Amino acid sequence: MLEIRNLCAGIGGKEILQGINLRVNAGEVHAIMGPNGSGKSTLAQVLAGRDSYEVTKGEVLFQGQDLLAMAPEDRAREGVFMAFQYPVEIPGVNNTYFLKAALNAIRKHRGLPELDAVDFLKLVRERMKLMEMDDSLIGRSVNEGFSGGEKKRNEIFHMAVLDPKLAILDETDSGLDIDALKSVAEGVNALRSKDRAIVVITHYQRLLNYIVPDFVHVLSNGRIVRSGGKELALDLEAKGYGWLEETVEAAR
Amino acid sequence: MSTATHTIQELANKEYKYGFVTDIESEVIPRGLNEEIIRTISAKKNEPQFMLEWRLKAFRHWLTMKEPTWANVHYPAIDYQNIIYYSAPKSKKEGPKSLSEIDPELLSMYEKLGISLQEQERLSGVAVDAVFDSVSVATTFRSKLAELGIIFCSFSEAVQEHPELVKKYLGSVVPYTDNFFATLNSAVFSDGSFCYIPKGVRCPMELSTYFRINAKDTGQFERTLIIAEEGSYVSYLEGCTAPMRDENQLHAAVVELIALDSAQIKYSTVQNWYPGDKQGKGGIYNFVTKRGKCVGVNSKISWTQVETGSAITWKYPSCILQGDNSVGEFYSVALTNHYQQADTGTKMIHIGKNTRSTIVSKGISAGHGQNTYRGAVKIMKGATGARNYSQCDSLLLGDKCGAHTFPYIEVKNSTAQMEHEASTSKIGEDQIFYCKQRGLSAEDAVSMIVNGFCKEVFRELPMEFAVEAQKLLGVSLEGSVG
Repeated sequence: MLEIRNLCAGIGGKEILQGINLRVNAGEVHAIMGPNGSGKSTLAQVLAGRDSYEVTKGEVLFQGQDLLAMAPEDRAREGVFMAFQYPVEIPGVNNTYFLKAALNAIRKHRGLPELDAVDFLKLVRERMKLMEMDDSLIGRSVNEGFSGGEKKRNEIFHMAVLDPKLAILDETDSGLDIDALKSVAEGVNALRSKDRAIVVITHYQRLLNYIVPDFVHVLSNGRIVRSGGKELALDLEAKGYGWLEETVEAAR
Repeated sequence: MSTATHTIQELANKEYKYGFVTDIESEVIPRGLNEEIIRTISAKKNEPQFMLEWRLKAFRHWLTMKEPTWANVHYPAIDYQNIIYYSAPKSKKEGPKSLSEIDPELLSMYEKLGISLQEQERLSGVAVDAVFDSVSVATTFRSKLAELGIIFCSFSEAVQEHPELVKKYLGSVVPYTDNFFATLNSAVFSDGSFCYIPKGVRCPMELSTYFRINAKDTGQFERTLIIAEEGSYVSYLEGCTAPMRDENQLHAAVVELIALDSAQIKYSTVQNWYPGDKQGKGGIYNFVTKRGKCVGVNSKISWTQVETGSAITWKYPSCILQGDNSVGEFYSVALTNHYQQADTGTKMIHIGKNTRSTIVSKGISAGHGQNTYRGAVKIMKGATGARNYSQCDSLLLGDKCGAHTFPYIEVKNSTAQMEHEASTSKIGEDQIFYCKQRGLSAEDAVSMIVNGFCKEVFRELPMEFAVEAQKLLGVSLEGSVG
């Protein structure tokens, strides 16, 4: 589904990603871990198409298409979703109205008829049930006045409604207490499917206790320095990032 | 280039949609202003003596006045002798009595504007008094309203048929000496709307006026007078457009509202006069005096305005809260794009006890637009227990526009409670990127964010107007609203 080849990118002339290679297939959950400043969020932003980042080398294929050539909204319409680390507030814009506009933009792009209000609400209710969510986030403005936990849950709710093929969760666990973390993780697990790929970006292993990944990659100084199964995350938890960085240095 | 700037530049390139000129034979009088012209206007309108005298008093007073310069707007001097003060579509018959008698070209123009009178009459139950240049061409639904004792007609007709009401209330809220533009209007006004709601009557439909400036070089000086008797209610809608012309056209209107005991007047405006082109050439100078007087106890006057057009807007719909427990409200969205300038706001003058006022102002600036909120809240000595809440928010799109706020507060009674909130924000790249990441185009994202910003005002508008206002904001900023 997603193939990243030798991706180099930076911001303001500073190179952050220094040759990322990664292949993600449908149905898989990949975790990308790494210390602060290793390039985790940069990778997410570049994949989503934030134009303040500059890609200097490499390519990214999404379902065989050149992802980097697409505008951010077209990536979204093709099925790339990013759950933001810091979801943005849009005062006065109703969350449901926003989602309906977004979903219909996606459907239009795919040649599907737009959903009317009745069908859309039906879908929203069904997704809420799946996510075991109450309707407290529905009638409010997008993220306005939401607590940290509500914002992150709302991101996952957006994901549930928009039904992406590839979901990138950028530090979805940051700032959450354990109850909120569990609730967000359960939401994500409910959305795991054989047709969907999920990339979980996180600093800490604890999220991976709840969202158990198929693969774990460790990012350091803009490169993936180690890949493995879910047990790699546990090793990291025990030994810290320093352990890996030392072994990488030693191998040079 | 950043996404936000890019979007804004696209927006800045959009064209005025209502800029067609209708080719209708007009009856005009020579350019310029003197007593002779005023006598001519008055004679053409077959006015009683008191009207002519009032006009002349106003004109003589106007000659002693100077054009105000305190507003935060800039424009070349207006040559008041180079304006045609009266223009009327030449009608084959005298005075249309029903829609079928109205010039079909006029009607098709209204259709272009999306306000087909027949449609409105049939579908939405809106009674329209359409003012085309200076003479009111059609007043629908009159007979139905007349059954309730409601008078809704052109100002000229009111002068002919209800001179006692006109004489009693004309100038009672905005005296002919009030200010330069109001005084000019008092001297030369050619038509407008008149509305009288009798005691205890709740007007069963929204009353609506559609103004349009068509003829070249004409000023439009309409005058609106609304009187709501004890315990009555009326909701009044006003919409405005003008064709595209290179010259600036002057629009100096006066609106007076009078609310007696427990009466309520809700006055909504969607103003979309031609704003000028991208370089700031042409456009309407919209210098308007709007004021309501809550004369009676427990009365209420509510202004809602959406100002997206005009090269320059200079208007402060205000409330004089004279009756005890009376309420004044002002909800405003003002948008300036390209080189538009707006200096707008309100005055709330608290005279009676326990009077309350609410001000919610939303200013949006794009392109090189300059947007000024100017508001005054005065609590007079006798206004024990008066309360005011003011909120002024500004939204900036791009980095070449400006937002300014001048709130004036004068309190002469220590029991008053005043609250003032203000904010300035920019549409952030973060917000636009967030919307795009969900699949929305930048254009839809901007529309959505702007409409969200204006929500508190839009919900004060009657339903069909709210929809129009949202569309208009979209059109004024780009093509459509998501």
